[in-house]
Amino acid sequence: MANIEPTTLFFAAIFTNNILLTNFLGLCPFLSISKNVESAFGLGTAVVFVMACTTGLNHLLYYKILVPYDLVHFEYILFIIVIAAFVQLVEMIVERFFPPLYYVLGIFLPLITVNCAILGASLFMVIRDYTLVQSVIYGAGSGIGWLLAITAVGAIREKVQKANVVPKGLEGPGITLIITGILSLAFIAFSGMIQIQ
Amino acid sequence: MAKTPPAKTIMQEGLWIENPVLRHTLGICSTLAVTNLMVNTLVMNIGLIFTLSMSCTTVSILRNITPMRIRMMVQTLIISSYVIIFDIFIKGYLPDISEALGPYVGLIITNCIVMGRCEAFARNNLPLPSFLDGLAVGIGYSLVLFGVAFVRELLGFGTLFGFQIMPEAFTPWTIMIMPPGAFFTLALYVWLARTYFMPADKGMVELRVKG
Repeated sequence: MANIEPTTLFFAAIFTNNILLTNFLGLCPFLSISKNVESAFGLGTAVVFVMACTTGLNHLLYYKILVPYDLVHFEYILFIIVIAAFVQLVEMIVERFFPPLYYVLGIFLPLITVNCAILGASLFMVIRDYTLVQSVIYGAGSGIGWLLAITAVGAIREKVQKANVVPKGLEGPGITLIITGILSLAFIAFSGMIQIQ
Repeated sequence: MAKTPPAKTIMQEGLWIENPVLRHTLGICSTLAVTNLMVNTLVMNIGLIFTLSMSCTTVSILRNITPMRIRMMVQTLIISSYVIIFDIFIKGYLPDISEALGPYVGLIITNCIVMGRCEAFARNNLPLPSFLDGLAVGIGYSLVLFGVAFVRELLGFGTLFGFQIMPEAFTPWTIMIMPPGAFFTLALYVWLARTYFMPADKGMVELRVKG
């Protein structure tokens, strides 16, 4: 695993190993926020940023602190605290220095702490023994993959909403799951090109 | 503080009326991924029920001394502790399954149902009702995912719990064990349940804030 090309890893994380469509991570915010493209894109952007930074940060802390002191069982607690603290910090910085950006991303940031995709990326990075550079690239790629998926589904849902053809019981989460399934099929078509495990 | 509902109501609400998957479509992230085999689903569901009921109990016991502002952090730490216990347990006793589940056990921490129940119920109720609530919601959740796993393993491998069920001539539906199979199967369950058993007339409780 250690010698996987950074560009390969990046594209694999976006397309063939899309964290949402093949690993089912980050489904809850995905189902509830994907009603329209605008908010889907806002949340997606915040996820890309937080995911790239926290995987790097978690990588450093995991290998510099937990491994030398033999505390690997506490990885979950460490990761979740790092993610929560990082999100809080970003929220404060953005609010203080970039108010316009805060209006776009502000409401989405607190949601991210409990987004399973963020924690999932950190856990995958440990299991697959990525180096620091690979971890950051994997985090960024997964984030972009998530952004791509949620934006696409947001756009499709807007159209479906207008068409008004969905049976009553299937409205909301039901139809979203089916759209996601079809999208997932489309992404699986890429899987012959690159494989990472 | 609202009056604590009787145990029977808690069980009914958790198991069916307010079923977390069918009604709210919450918390499916971590478990849906392992529904291609019944065995994995079973272990994962046990982990979730354990974490959910124990965290609800603990949050409820500590409810009067937890400062309001940092309660989310406290809840997350409580949940993580139970997940770590479960993780160490299956690493020790079921190493094969632990390997197969990979990172998904750890992801129980960010399962929205756990935090959702702590926030919505355990934070305002006595320990015993909170435990029952966690148990009921956990079982209600597990039943649906078992349903998904049943369809996926039966059609995808022709087996159930590893035993051959379908005749030799049966061609496995490979699509069912791939990710789209999970999305389609769950969508069908949600559709059926919402059409025939639980029309969305009741006000949908907005628990969706958490990821």
